[in-house]
This record gives sequence, C-alpha cells and structure tokens, in this order.
Amino acid sequence: MDSDLISFASLAPAYPELFLAIGAVVLLMAGVFIKNASARLVGVAIGMLLAVTVLVIIQPATGVLFNGGFIQDDFARYMKALVLAGSAFALVLSVSNAVDNGIAKFEYAVLVVLATLGMMVMVSANDLMVLYIGIELQALSLYILAAMKRESARATEAGLKYFVLGALSSGMLLYGASLIYGFTGQTQLDKIAEVILLSDRSVGVIFGLAFLLAGLAFKVSAVPFHMWTPDVYEGAPTPVTAFFATAPKVAAMALLIRLVMDSFEPLAKDWQQIIIFLSIASMVLAAFAGIGQKNLIRMIAYSAIGHMGFALVGLSAGNLVGIEGVAIYMAIYLTMNIGLFACILSLKSNNGYVRNISDLAGLAQTRPYVAAIIAIMMFSLIGLPPLAGFFAKWHVFLAAIEAQLFVLAVIGVLASAISAFYYLRVVKTMYFDAPEQEFVPIPGELAFVMGITGFLVISYYLTVGRTLVDFANVAAGSLF
Amino acid sequence: MTLPVFFFYIFSGIAIASAVMVISSRNPVHSVLFLILAFINAAGIFMLAGAEFLAMILIIVYVGAVMVLFLFVVMMLDVDFADFKRGALQYMPVGVIVGVILLIELLMVAGSTFVSPELAAGSAMPINNAVSNTQALGEVLYTRYVFLFQGAGLILLVAMIGAIVLTLHHRKGVKRQDIGEQVARNPKTAIKVVKVKSGEGL
Amino acid sequence: MIEAIVFFPLVGALIAGFFGGSIGDRYSEIITSSLLVVAAILSWIVFFQVGFGGEAGPMADPTKVEIFRWIQSGELDIRWVLRVDTLTAVMLVVVTSVSALVHIYSIGYMADDPSRSRFFAYLSLFTFAMLMLVTADNFLQMFFGWEGVGLASYLLIGFWYKKPAANAAAIKAFVVNRIGDFGFALGIFGAFLVLGHLDFDSAFRSIEAVQGTTISFLWGEWDALTVVTLLLFMGAMGKSAQFLLHTWLPDAMEGPTPVSALIHAATMVTAGVFMVARLSPMFEAAPISMTVVLYVGAVTAFFAATIGLVQNDIKRVVAYSTMSQLGYMFVALGAGAYTAGIFHLFTHAFFKALLFLGAGAVIHAMHHEQDMRKMGGISRIIPKTYLMMIIGTLALTGVGIPGTSIGFAGFFSKDAIIEAAYALGGYNGQFAYWSLVIAALFTSFYSWRLIHLTFHGKPRASQEVMAHAHESPNVMMVPLYLLAAGAILSGVVFYKVFFGDFDSIVQFFAGSLVVNEQIIDDAHHVPTLVKWSATIAMALGFVIAWYMYIRRPDAPRRLANQHAYLYRFLLNKWYFDELYDAIFVRPTMWLGRLLWKGLDDRIIDQGIVEGLGARVKDVTARVVKLQSGYIYHYAFAMLIGVAALLTWAIAAGGLLG
Repeated sequence: MDSDLISFASLAPAYPELFLAIGAVVLLMAGVFIKNASARLVGVAIGMLLAVTVLVIIQPATGVLFNGGFIQDDFARYMKALVLAGSAFALVLSVSNAVDNGIAKFEYAVLVVLATLGMMVMVSANDLMVLYIGIELQALSLYILAAMKRESARATEAGLKYFVLGALSSGMLLYGASLIYGFTGQTQLDKIAEVILLSDRSVGVIFGLAFLLAGLAFKVSAVPFHMWTPDVYEGAPTPVTAFFATAPKVAAMALLIRLVMDSFEPLAKDWQQIIIFLSIASMVLAAFAGIGQKNLIRMIAYSAIGHMGFALVGLSAGNLVGIEGVAIYMAIYLTMNIGLFACILSLKSNNGYVRNISDLAGLAQTRPYVAAIIAIMMFSLIGLPPLAGFFAKWHVFLAAIEAQLFVLAVIGVLASAISAFYYLRVVKTMYFDAPEQEFVPIPGELAFVMGITGFLVISYYLTVGRTLVDFANVAAGSLF
Repeated sequence: MTLPVFFFYIFSGIAIASAVMVISSRNPVHSVLFLILAFINAAGIFMLAGAEFLAMILIIVYVGAVMVLFLFVVMMLDVDFADFKRGALQYMPVGVIVGVILLIELLMVAGSTFVSPELAAGSAMPINNAVSNTQALGEVLYTRYVFLFQGAGLILLVAMIGAIVLTLHHRKGVKRQDIGEQVARNPKTAIKVVKVKSGEGL
Repeated sequence: MIEAIVFFPLVGALIAGFFGGSIGDRYSEIITSSLLVVAAILSWIVFFQVGFGGEAGPMADPTKVEIFRWIQSGELDIRWVLRVDTLTAVMLVVVTSVSALVHIYSIGYMADDPSRSRFFAYLSLFTFAMLMLVTADNFLQMFFGWEGVGLASYLLIGFWYKKPAANAAAIKAFVVNRIGDFGFALGIFGAFLVLGHLDFDSAFRSIEAVQGTTISFLWGEWDALTVVTLLLFMGAMGKSAQFLLHTWLPDAMEGPTPVSALIHAATMVTAGVFMVARLSPMFEAAPISMTVVLYVGAVTAFFAATIGLVQNDIKRVVAYSTMSQLGYMFVALGAGAYTAGIFHLFTHAFFKALLFLGAGAVIHAMHHEQDMRKMGGISRIIPKTYLMMIIGTLALTGVGIPGTSIGFAGFFSKDAIIEAAYALGGYNGQFAYWSLVIAALFTSFYSWRLIHLTFHGKPRASQEVMAHAHESPNVMMVPLYLLAAGAILSGVVFYKVFFGDFDSIVQFFAGSLVVNEQIIDDAHHVPTLVKWSATIAMALGFVIAWYMYIRRPDAPRRLANQHAYLYRFLLNKWYFDELYDAIFVRPTMWLGRLLWKGLDDRIIDQGIVEGLGARVKDVTARVVKLQSGYIYHYAFAMLIGVAALLTWAIAAGGLLG
C-alpha cells in the first residue's frame, strides 16, 4: 500500500485542490470568529478563486496521483480554469445584492468555494469513487446554496426539490457505478477501458453505462433529466442561479467527457447513441418550451438546457474536433451566462429585481447600455456571427458533420433557428416596448463584468478566439 | 446447501421483503421499523462476506443512530402518509409499466454473461485472514484512499455547515446568555438609582 | 486601399454609434457620409484597376489581402482575407456608390428625426457587413457578412421602432431570412464536407474530383454537389426574396425610404445573386441546381410583376418590381449567363436606387403620404423629381432601340437576360423566356401606372398638402442626379465587358466567375423578333397604362370590378402571408403553447405556484403539500427517462450488433 504523501512536492498536480481545501477551512474559521465579515470574506474568496485560477494556468505539473484516483492533465487544467473563473465571477455578481437576496452570510462564500472544490475533483476524477465524491461535494453545497434564503418559500422549495431529485440521480449514478464495478472488477477509469477491450460487449456494462450517463445527464440538465432546472433556477436567489448556470455545468460536462472518452472508448457506438438521444431531446424541447416562458430566469433555464444539448452534439461526435468544440462551447457559454446574469442582477427597481421578460420593457431607453449588452448576449445565444455564440455552435456542428451525424446537425440547426424566437422576444421587449419602471444605479463591479463579457463576446473573433481554440485543442488532445 | 448459503438467502429474502414493507406499510413508524430490519439483514450479509467491521458499523451508525433519529422525527411530525400515497397511486399504472420494463431489462443483465472468470478473479480483492478487518481498513484508509477519505470529510463538513446555516436562526429580541457580558457587568451598568417621591410609587 | 474601403464604413459606424451622442447628429452625418464618399471613390479606382488595368490573363489570380489568420487545425484553415477580383470590384462599386449617395440623401430625408446618429451608424454598419460579404474569400467569411447584413437590416427596418408595423416587419424579415440562412449554413457545412476546403479557390479546385459523388442526406443518396448548391441557393432565395421566401421584402418597406433604396434595391437583396455568381464553378457542376435557379427566377419575375400591377403603395410597387428584377438576374444565372446576371445587378442598382430615392422625394413632398391614390398631378410642382422618376422608369422598363447601342441602362442588361433565356432553348429556356417577356410587359405597365397615378391627372391630395408640396433640398436631389447619370450611362458604357464581346468579357472578369462562350454566342444570334420582343412588350405596357390611367381613368375600376376575384388575389399577394400563417406560424405557436402548457403550465405554474399560495396560508401543511406529487412528477420523468435510455441502449446496441 504505497502512498503519494512522501513529500509535499510529489503532490504538485493537486496543489490547486489542496490550496482551495485549506482556504475553505480558513474562510470558515474566519467567518465564525470575525463578526459581520461576510462581505469581506466574499472578497477574500474571490481573490482565492482567482489565485487558484492563475495557479492552474501557470502550474504545468500533470500526472496521476493517489493510486490512480486523481488525474491532472491539460484537459483538467482547461476545465478547472473555466470552473474557477466561473465561480469567481459568480461570487462577484453576488457582492452588491447579497443582502437583498438573503445570502449575506459568511457561509455563502465558504460553500461556493467548497462547491468549486467539488467541481475540481469531478474534473480530475479518474476513478468512479472519486467521481462520486466530487459530485456529492459539489451537489451538497449547491443544495444548501439553493435553500439558503430561508425566509423565501420558493428558495426552500427549490433547495428541497434539487436535493430530492439530485439524490435520485446520485442513486442512479451509484447503481451504474456498481454495475460497472461488478462487471469489470475495476473502478479506475482507464482500467475499466482495458477490461472492456478484452471482454465481449456485455449487457451489464452497457447497463451500468446507461445509468451512469443518466446520473450525469441530470447534472448537465439534459432532457429528460432536466425537470429540476427551471424550478430551481427560478426559486433559488438569482446570484446563486448565476452560479448554478455556469461552473457546475462546465464541471459536469468535463466529467461526462472524461468518463465516456476514457472508460468507454471501446463502447463508443453505445454511448454515442445515448448522447445523441439526450442531445436531440434537449435541443428540441428547450427550443419549444422556451417560447412559452414569461419569467426571464425560467427562459434562461430552458436556454441552458438547449445549450447543453448543443454542447452534447460535439460530444456525440466523439472525435478530437468534437471534444475541442465542447471545450470551446463551455467557455463561451460560461462567458455569455455570466454577462447575462450581470445584466439581470444590475436591474433593480423599486419593486425589486426583474423577474419577468416584460419587466425589461423599454430598457433601451432607460438603461441603453445594459439593454445593448443583453441584446448582444441574446444574439450570441442565438448563434449569430460574428459573436462568440456563433463560433461555439460552429465548432460542435462541424464536428458532427465530420462524424457523419447529418441528422443531428440538421436538427440542431433547426432547433437553434426556432429558439431564436424567444431570444428575439427579449430584444423586442427591450427595444420596442414602452418603459414601465425606473431602475436604481448599476453597481460598479457589475458594470465591469458586463463590459468585459460584452467585449469578449463581440470581439471574440478578433481577440481571444484564436487563443481559446489553441487551448481547447491542447486540452482535447490530452484525452486522445 | 451449506450453512452460509442458507443464511445468505434468509438474510437477503428478509431484506427484500422488509424493503417492500417499508414502502407499502400504512403506518410510517412501521416503515421505519422495517427499514431497520432491512439494515440488520444487510449487516448479516456483510457478516457472511467476511466484512465484520462494515456489519458492525452499519448496525451502530445506521440502526443505532440514524434510524432512531428518524423514528423520533417521524413520530414527532405526524405526517399523514395516507394522503401522500394517494398522489402516488394515481400514477401507479405508468409506474408499473416502467417498473416492469426496468425489471425485464435487469433480468437480461442478470442472465447475460459475466466477464471472463480469470478477470473477475484478478480484480476482486481477496480476503486476507491474517489481519483483522479493522486493521485492514485502517491500513488503506490513510494511504491508498487518503484522497477519498479527505473528500468524504469535506462532504461531512459541508453537511454540517448546511445544517447550521439552514436551521440556526438568531431571533431578534430574545434574551440569551452571554457569559462574558454577564461577568463584565458592574454596578454602573447594572444598577439605576431612582429617587422616588414618597407616596407616588414608580 | 481595399482595407480602407472595407473599414472606413466600420470606423464611421463606430464613431456615430458610440460617440454620436457627444459629437452631435450633424457631425455623425458628416463623418459617416464623407468616409463613405472616400470609400466609393477608392472603389471606382479599384474597379478600373482590376477590370481594365493590367494585361491580366484570363486566369489571373485575384488580389488577396490577409487581415487575420485565425484557426489552423487539420483541414480547417480559416483566415480573414479580403479578396479582390473583378466580381468583387463590381460589387464594391455598387455597394459603396449607392451607400454613399444614400448617406448623403439621408441627411436631407431624415432631417427631422431625433436619432439620426443611430441611423447613420446603422447605415454604415450595414455597408461594412455588405463589404465583408462581397470581399469574402471563404465560406465562413461570407456567412459572416451574410448574417451581418441580416442583422443590420433588422435594425434598419425596425428603426422606427415606435411603429408596430415596422417592428413586425423587422422580425418577419429576420425570421424568414433565418429559414434561408438555415439552408445556407447547412450548405456551407456540406461544401466543407464535400470539397474539404472553406476557402473558395481550394474548394473550386476540388470540384472536379468530387463530381458525381453522392452523400446521404435526410433520406436516400443524392448527388453531393447538387445537394450542396441547392442548400446554398436556399440562402440566396431568402436574402434575395425569391418566390416562397419573398414575403418579408414588401413588409420591409416599413423602414425609412433610404434604407429601402440601399438594402432592398441595390445591395443586400442582390447578395443572393452575388453568392451564386461567386460560387458559379460549383453551380456549373450541378445542372439540376442550375435548372432550379432558372425556374425560381422565372417564377419570381412573373409572380412579383403580377402583384406589382395592383399595389397602391408607391414603395411597395417599387419593392415588387425589385423582386421581379431579381428574378431576372437569377434567370440569367440559371441559364449560365452569369455575366448577364451581374450586369443587370450593376445597372439595376442605379436605376432602382434612383426610383426608391425618387419615391422618397415624392413621399417627402407629399408629407409622408405613400398611397398613390392620394397623389396625382404633381409633375408641375416638383418637376426635377418628376424628371428623375421618368429617367428611372425608362431605365427600368428598358427603353432603347434594339440592334443599336442607344438605350437606357436597363435596356442592355434586361435584353441580354431575355436573349440568354431564349438562347438556352429547350423547354426550360422557353418557359423562362416567355415568363420574362410577359413580366417585361407587366413591368412597363406598373411603372407607367406609378408615374401616371403619382404625377399626372387631377390632384387627389388635399388642398393643404398640395399647397405645401415642394421640391426636395439639394442634398437630396444631387444623389438623384448622380444616380440618374448611372441609370442612363451604365448600360451603354459597360455593355461590352459584361455581355457584348466574349474576349472582352473574359479579359474583364479574369476568371472571377464562369463565362460560358456558348450561351453568350447563342444569345447574340437569336432571331430578330426575339431581340425586339422585350421592346415590343415594353411599348405595349406603356400604351395600356396610358389608356387606362390617362385616356380612360375609369377603366381600372371597371376592370377590377369585372374580375373582382383576380383583383383581390393579386392585391393580397397571392395569399402567401395567409398561407404561411396557417402552415407555419400557427402550428409553431400551437406547439410552443402545448409544450409549455402541457409540461410547465399545468405541472409547474398551476401545481407549484398555486400550491405555494396555499402553503403561505397553511404553514403547517407546508411540508405535506410540498411532497404531494410535484417532485413525483419530476422523479417519475427521470425514471421513465432512464428506462427509455436503457431500452434505447440495448435496442440500438442490438441493431448495431
């Protein structure tokens, strides 16, 4: 029974996780002992997350640790950077409105950091057990975050719903994992692949695979495991929703990719069928269901479901271009959602924050810059060139075409055309309807986030696009 | 039939039967009791497999602590489970269909060929009778599985934070003990001298 | 130089868009307009350099300026390259010239509008997107421009956003174009898949190798190039408002008139024509697609002309005329006479912009009245505008003397197309030929009807309006004069290099599109009667219009009453809007409502939200209520989902073996 704990240096690939874990505990202590420090602690947590982001980016140590349970490769680094940055920005979004949203408690920052840690463990999981630990660490934190606004019945309900359904999905996941273990005798992802390669295609493994995918589909809210998404998004405090919509999706998608690419490579045909099924169902249902939404957050929830469907298009291709496409997609999706939520959270009137799409009426006149950013985000979410959203779709559809998945690509393009309706309606409401209410001034940090995301989305092609593609290429390459 | 096999079927049979009773019994207290029975039988199966430590933990932690707590909660909350079930029954037909489909598919799995015997033999960890169960666990817990162990620890930490943040509520206007403040009191802060005119009262 | 042409409008748009508020409307106008004028002058220089400059051989390489290299991974090599060859140069001239004139014209036309900076920013932005499109060197770049002009036109059509009709029109234009773009996007994917390259030159080189290969699409096996070109053409149909995807163009007339002149006459709507010409090597290799292009063009030319006969809104008449003329261009492309199509695009840009801007001047004079029934007799009040409209009409109807080089611009290009259609021969050629000749008759009729209704006869407007009717300011008239010069001269000057002489054509276009010697030669040797047919049709249309609107002004009403059904059919644009509403719009709404009502409304809104209200009242029942079925639904959906996944995995696995 050898151990990796020989020296501190041998743990280099896991430094980010260690740092974050210790940091979370320190934050917790500080929160308990220093009174009324929640606002400052959020600042510290943001700083910590950004520092770890930098650490992940500049620290090139890769390798497999903890007896094969933990893997740090370029793919993991890429996804971790996204997760960390997403969490940090989600925290930034909560600064100005924590009190209004009932999350002005020091536990908020601690839980976000711990959830992020869980996501990093997910991204680096190389073993079914580690995978499960990561998922639970992340999910449990999220359940609490959803229910944190205790005086709100909606938030409590959202938390409870998320918890119950999440437990069900964990059950499925565990059942799948135990089937896999039972039929292959392995829990380590790469070893599972070796066993599968040696043996015949057994129904038991396929079964385990399907259960595992069902559990993970819940996390990325793919149809038909999406039912929780609109309710939880709507019920949870909006800054928490901003967090839900970004980093956890990236982590779950990364985990899904690693699982199918590492362990089930020999069963590509089987999981591709399932992913295609999930992808089509998500894209189509979200496109239609989104049209009927009146509530802005619910609409964004369906938009998230749809976008996960699009990202899965890339995964179902199962080739290098596809994985690269998903990696790019997640980065762009993250940026767009952070920007969008920054806009939504900045719109506070005397009646509280905007809830319905109709609350945005005439925004172009009362808050022209916010309206412009929202419009840009909407157009980008539609996938209009030259905005970033177009390139996200472009990469995944290209991969699908290359993998000869024409029907999937056609359905995807159609679904994106249909979903343009509900995005456009927001633009229409902002620009063409008469304004109804006045908004309070925009907090500085939200304006900053809006500006930066808006700039990235518009100038993607000219500025970050190429770098991102290069990064994604390297990241995806490490899985092959 | 050897004795272990006989007991295996006894334990698993009772476990399944009590699991069915958990969801079908009318009285929630009975449900919890059946759940305890199911756990005890599961512990028995662990015992047969040579995992005494797990068996004991199951009984001490689940049966002794968790389920008893559960029992208290159920008895205190007076939940009308009959009402709760009526909603469920409404979807019985669909549920039965889905269940049957799943069952058939699971039977297919059970009937399908397992991995080749040599692989199965190589992968399962053989029982080492030289060291005790507890010691064997102790040897791997902080070495081989240190990452998982720490991860599980963090999950428990999150659960604790969650329990506190969701239930601890400082109400305003409630007098609490604060030892430091109480000890620091002196006559100046504690006593107020009032002159009372005679015959008027306070 | 080319960078300056492309980026000046962008600079203008950015300045007017971001700093319009601080520098004032006046400076926004001046800056954007002068940048455009400079770009236009540079374009003409480029045009002469590229088209007539060197001793360039037939297959000379186009000038390429790399702006940005973006992705290079495997087969995918995407750069942003500005490509300048003759085809591009022609488009540059059209786009920048018309845009510059429209900018100047708008200074006068929009003088009363409070948000002029925004308007000029949009105009310049649109011009930039259009330039991106025409300078594209690869499919992706073209798609960029394609979507860019779509977006800019959405903004411009909906510029008067307080007008509900303008909003509806903007969204309609956007959505209908999405359908075309859907095909276009698939076409680009397909082209990349089949040809293996995204940049045009490499893609065209590999055409020969893939000719005859098939791909499976939707159902069955198809010829790869045919599928790809048809999908691409679908995009062209959307942008160029061809039959079936045309419904947005007339509604788009709700936008300001200069916008109509720029977008809906000269530039964006011709993007489809340009695209087909640019990809002519691909279309050449797909004969079925060529036939489809021919038929769609011919049907549109005829169909739009019939609707134009009875419309009363002055701008809509011109809009239908545009649709019809675009049909002509597609016929030319479908017949293989690409240069004739581009020639018509070139001349049409001048006279149609002239007509639109002229119509704008009329509307301006009549206090924003667009209904021709409320005009009449204003030729003496605004004689200069009248003269301009007459020139535009003469050019549109194609007045000239066959066999000589005397005639207005439209005469040369339109006759070239009609002759090419006849020269194509066969059933297809005959169909196209007769459609176009009849359309020419209709064109002449409705154009003169417009002139008669607007300028001649008794005034039908109120005294007050007539008293205030006035000639437009010079800032609006000068662009009209310049366009009029183009409408008169552009045909006769450039006839030789576009269609007149095979050698000149080859030298002029230098391989930037396919030139078929056969069809041009045949077109030059059609029977004399055919050469005269368009002129005869034109004269006939003029006479009928004169008879109906000058000689016997009661004739139109009598005719409409006699053929009430036909009249209503045409007036309602063949009921296409109603048809689409019934087939597409309502079912989509219905489906959306169904999914929303069925899944969300009943379960979530009714269940949860109303349940929530009850819980507030009855706190003790809260936990119970919370668990009474709602999560059940969700959990149930998940269980059904997992069962479906398992079944699917096993079944699909069984199928796959």
